[in-house]
Amino acid sequence: MPVNLTINGVSHSIDADPDTPLLWVLRDELNMTGTKFGCGIAQCGACTVHLDGMPIRSCQTFLSDLDGASITTIEGVDGKAAEAVRAAWQELDVPQCGYCQSGQIMAATALLSETPKPSDDDIDAAMDGNVCRCATYARIRAAIHLAAEKMEG
Amino acid sequence: MLHHLMKPIANAAPSRRSFLKLSAGAAGGLLIGLRLPGASGAAMAAEGELAQPFVHIRADNTVTVIVKHLDKGQGAATGLATLVADELDATHEQVRVEFAPADAERYKNLFFGVQGTGGSTAIANSFQQYRTAGATAKAMLVAAAAKAWGVPAAEIAVSKGELSHASGRKASFGEMAGLAAAESLPESPRLKTPEEWVFIGKSFPRLDTKMKTVGAPGVYGIDHKAENMLVAVVAHPPKFGAKPKTVDAAAAREVPGVVDVLTLPAGVAVLADKTWPAIRARELLEITWDETEAETRGSEEMLAELQAMAARPGLKAHVHGDAEAGLAGAATVIEAEYSFPFLAHAPMEPLDVTILFDGGTAEFWTGSQLQTVDQNVAAAVLGITPDKVAINTLWAGGSFGRRAQPDSHPIDEAAHIAKAWAGAGNTPRPIKVVWTREDDIKGGYYRPMVAHKVRAGIDAEGNITGWQHRVASKSILIGSPFEAFLVKDGVDETTAEGITDMTYAAGAIDVEVHNAQTAVPVLWWRSVGHTHTAYVVETMIDRLAKAAGKDPVAFREGLLKDDPRKLGVLRLAAEKAGWNDPLPEGRHRGVAVHKSFNTYVAEVAEISFRDDGTVKVEKVTCAVDCGVPVNPDNIRAQMEGGIGYGLGAILRNEITMTDGEVDQSNFDAYLPLRISDMPQIEVHVVPSTEAPTGAGEPGTPPIGPAVANAIAAAKGEWITALPLSKQGLA
Ligand code: FES
Ligand code: FES
Repeated sequence: MPVNLTINGVSHSIDADPDTPLLWVLRDELNMTGTKFGCGIAQCGACTVHLDGMPIRSCQTFLSDLDGASITTIEGVDGKAAEAVRAAWQELDVPQCGYCQSGQIMAATALLSETPKPSDDDIDAAMDGNVCRCATYARIRAAIHLAAEKMEG
Repeated sequence: MLHHLMKPIANAAPSRRSFLKLSAGAAGGLLIGLRLPGASGAAMAAEGELAQPFVHIRADNTVTVIVKHLDKGQGAATGLATLVADELDATHEQVRVEFAPADAERYKNLFFGVQGTGGSTAIANSFQQYRTAGATAKAMLVAAAAKAWGVPAAEIAVSKGELSHASGRKASFGEMAGLAAAESLPESPRLKTPEEWVFIGKSFPRLDTKMKTVGAPGVYGIDHKAENMLVAVVAHPPKFGAKPKTVDAAAAREVPGVVDVLTLPAGVAVLADKTWPAIRARELLEITWDETEAETRGSEEMLAELQAMAARPGLKAHVHGDAEAGLAGAATVIEAEYSFPFLAHAPMEPLDVTILFDGGTAEFWTGSQLQTVDQNVAAAVLGITPDKVAINTLWAGGSFGRRAQPDSHPIDEAAHIAKAWAGAGNTPRPIKVVWTREDDIKGGYYRPMVAHKVRAGIDAEGNITGWQHRVASKSILIGSPFEAFLVKDGVDETTAEGITDMTYAAGAIDVEVHNAQTAVPVLWWRSVGHTHTAYVVETMIDRLAKAAGKDPVAFREGLLKDDPRKLGVLRLAAEKAGWNDPLPEGRHRGVAVHKSFNTYVAEVAEISFRDDGTVKVEKVTCAVDCGVPVNPDNIRAQMEGGIGYGLGAILRNEITMTDGEVDQSNFDAYLPLRISDMPQIEVHVVPSTEAPTGAGEPGTPPIGPAVANAIAAAKGEWITALPLSKQGLA
């Protein structure tokens, strides 16, 4: 039975194994490869997308649970927080290899949407699930603070 | 890594003669010799374009720099573009990058003689070459404009992507590109003096940032898609060196989407139309393994063997003076044993290779780090010649050494899959081989496990009188194609690098190595031997300082009189960290300084302890001298990343084995550094006119010993077995 869900505002009907993680639905069924595979066990955050605005790990979210869901991916995320995050990321040249950055940006955008002026502790709490093997963390932190400023101004 | 390949490997290059010529500095002749318009995809010239091996100016006024190195996050693409853009006087906005095809003749690393990236050499080996390429293109644009406008070339100014003359005539690069293509190549285009640089040493933001903030869809190897493509995952043996004996694939073949199951020399591949069915089906394979040649020991037994080796005399790696006599005459002798675990690189993007093999030619899409070796390995498996192997180098999601394998094993595996697929009479299809994180963590090619035994003595004034040092480890290079060049009398020069070239004044030094044998494959890991040698040397220096009753910085200063650059970064880091200022309650400092890949880095770590006794690294002050700082912000980024990478390893990382099987499989057990672990980092880049050296690796070695020295400042004890989590400190 196909599963109907909305991704970045577009409705899709997906006919695949109901146990398929959303990550592989995005990457393989829909050819949306901005969402990355890093661990497959909800330990790295590379696959972070938004489900009704909340950050989730798409590698541990299964197709069968998504009927009627509204998903936003890195390809579609927009709005004030996302724009501020992208601008700050560019201004500080945050990415190195960049492979984790889709997930970082999705997590940071969700954080700033909820908490427009996050403290360092807020950042640690919201971003600790997002691994960056290039260790761009210092710039991620600075860019989140910068994005918060941009949202104010 | 790989800097070790500099001269000797020229012998293995496809064209030894051209390597020698190029490395002799004949950069002016380089483009002439290599100018083969239209011969390769990277330099396909259309009407109205100027296409050269390293620079392609199109009529739309874009300047595309052809990047011969893999960019796995270290910024090589932007770095090479900076060099071209500066000489060309292009604007940042008009510059694009494109990876070069596999073609060692044109795109070899001038230090290796083969095409490849590593050893923090991307900028160092390209500095003259890419600036010359930019200057050449500019000279041709100027010559074309001079002709078109009927004015002397010397009167034409070039600035910010525009050619202009006092008469008021102006042209963009794009407008002049077609005419420039008809100009002859300048003999030796004039390179700018450092005072004329507009981007080098100043600012040239990364060209890949923007795409990486929108998901960079399709740019990494793992994102590669092709029509009719299959995805393969491979069941690797649970013990290193084992081979498949019997395979029952009945259940796996039942999974919808599975297309075939192929038995390989060292694994079993499941091929499916998509990734998920392949991953699922692999779990259903029933395989028995032939473990005749497998490593069946646990890591504790392996470590015990290394420690026993380090207790005995070994192969001489470096001898200066009579260390034994120096130690005998010492007032104080410090003796210590150290151990370091296997480490996985765990790049964020796991390994992947896409291959299309049609029986006569093969094409690959992957983050290739040693293109020439990859071509040779693929050709050998497929029974074709290396020139029939094309490689499309894609952006890579990290490497840290993992993608540069002397045996090109992922390429080898993909080639075996494609060969078996073709051998079964199938029509050719692109096959993407994907490694999961479990494959990565369990898959070997680790930083070797290492044991050190060291004795060092000082006299009553605190002078080092003798230093005796043994390192036991599996060699990275013995058994690899590089053995003939980089292993002398059984000594792999990476095993004890950082000790053999130590510049602390020591009356006498004696360094020995032991080569352990194991089927566990080992590999260079961001800064190679320096990952452990810097730790031992720099903590030993602190121990000697304490024994001499001296401050760690002052003690080092006294021993570094003949190494002004090392002394320079040490003093700069100490000054910026406020080394002599009192620390707040509960804070402790440690320092370390180390040269690797001809770059000097000093780091001061400031730590505290959490309530549970674990270490929190609060702040790291870093000073780096890598010669001309081509792209200072990227150098800062590489120091930040290198510090974080090294810190993650010393805090909690170790690969252990029980009866030959790896105990960790993913980030739930191989715990990566997270944002809450990240210290505040301050990087100071030393202004310099020395030839530029690397930045990718040298930030990593000093952080471990700097933190260990800070812990010792607090507790009086130096940690000699890593990671710190084993000691309850992380
Ligand atoms: S891939 Fe989903 S959290 Fe790592
Ligand atoms: S930028 Fe490479 S993993 Fe984060």
